[in-house]
Amino acid sequence: MDIGDVSRNAKLMINGAPHNVENVNFVKPGKGRAIYHVKVRNLTNGNLSEITYHSGDKVDETNITANDMQYLYQENDSYIFMDSKSFEQYSFNEEQIGDKKYFLKEGMPVTVLLWENSPIDLNLPKAVEMKVVESETSTKTETITAQSKTAVLETGYTVGVPSFIKPGDIIRIDTRNGAYVERVTKD
Amino acid sequence: MGESREHLIRIKPHVVQRALIYDGIRNFFHQNNFLEVDTPVRVPVLIPERYILPVSSNGWFLSTSPEIYMKQFIAAGYGNIFQLCHCFRKGEKGENHQPEFTMLEWYRTNAGYEQIITDTEQLLFFLTKELQVSPAINYCGNKIDLTPPWPRITIREAFVKSAGWDPFVNPDYERFDIDLMEKVVPCFTPNQPTVLLDYPAALASLSRIKPECAQVAERAEIFIGGLEIANIYSELTDATEQRQRFQLELEYLKATGMDNMHMPEEFLKAIAHLPECGGIALGIDRLVMLLCNAKSINDVIAFPN
Repeated sequence: MDIGDVSRNAKLMINGAPHNVENVNFVKPGKGRAIYHVKVRNLTNGNLSEITYHSGDKVDETNITANDMQYLYQENDSYIFMDSKSFEQYSFNEEQIGDKKYFLKEGMPVTVLLWENSPIDLNLPKAVEMKVVESETSTKTETITAQSKTAVLETGYTVGVPSFIKPGDIIRIDTRNGAYVERVTKD
Repeated sequence: MGESREHLIRIKPHVVQRALIYDGIRNFFHQNNFLEVDTPVRVPVLIPERYILPVSSNGWFLSTSPEIYMKQFIAAGYGNIFQLCHCFRKGEKGENHQPEFTMLEWYRTNAGYEQIITDTEQLLFFLTKELQVSPAINYCGNKIDLTPPWPRITIREAFVKSAGWDPFVNPDYERFDIDLMEKVVPCFTPNQPTVLLDYPAALASLSRIKPECAQVAERAEIFIGGLEIANIYSELTDATEQRQRFQLELEYLKATGMDNMHMPEEFLKAIAHLPECGGIALGIDRLVMLLCNAKSINDVIAFPN
């Protein structure tokens, strides 16, 4: 498509990755070429960048939708999700899901990006609550509040936690950096 | 509909100010013996310009500029004329652009671009008096003094100073447009308008080449508060040269898929009779922005696109 037809929230393929157009700043000398400062968000990693285009430049529009889905279950190395509107099921493989598998709980609402009707990425809730299944007993005094020991969560994820965390506790994890946030309930 | 009602309520002071500015413009030109004229909005042929794209209208076009008709009045002996009209340019939408906007054009016979620059200084100064505001207006945090005369800087001086290259030595016109907007204009004094003049001949468009210097076109632009306000020419009166320039534009347009643009033959016939004159196209919405201290063009248009 012509750069002149691009507006906010258009979905473009840039360097092989799908991007959302966040803003278009149009500058043009009366008789001269138009300059388009286009702010885009990479839909696979969330990074913002600005790209400058000029009159006549062509861009690749792509058909990407962000659908509300629910995580259903894992089957071998497939992770199955269901579209909350169409009830259609989509699966991610191990490689696609990456470390996000550690933050999935059955029934969890997520946003799945579909490109040409194939799932390409997954947006998790900002924080998830997980049960601690294993944690070494702290030998140090409980006044140390830094993440001074490790805990293993129900999904197999290992995270640094304060010394007062015990197996059976429910803790909140920030899915953006994988860090411990707080204890939700004590066992 | 709720949104446009809220918009109308919010921008009412700007709509009122616009009406007063129109009154002031008409007073100025009537006092200076200019005739107000009216030209068609839906037109069969346009002046071909490579970076000005028209909106199509059932095989014809919506006017991108009234120049093609204004000069026919001049060629028919009407003398000094002016017009306030709507123009349409496809795809032009941003903080300072709307695809439908208002243009003020005036043409003065026996005059060149220097005289039109002076007219513009006088008009804006006159408008501040009509509106009973100080000629030192406030715009986006800057005080801008519209009192004439305004500083003038040539294209060569401005580019060498702010962009570090001379467009008369390196004729890179793609880089010219980008550097003009991103390097040259931001360096202009924020407290006064700037007159940028003497364009490279290749960017003459419809202006005449300086008789004593074949490299330079008698073309000027006026910038105020970072906004491009007006484009001024000593008008080209040589129909053969004008046809050659249009031919280059038409070839470019055809190469980019615009094959419904044609040579404006009636206009070229008129150019053969055009007396020496100067002319200007001034963006009225941007002038209203300046005089209302409005940051976005949408804030001065009642029904923005």
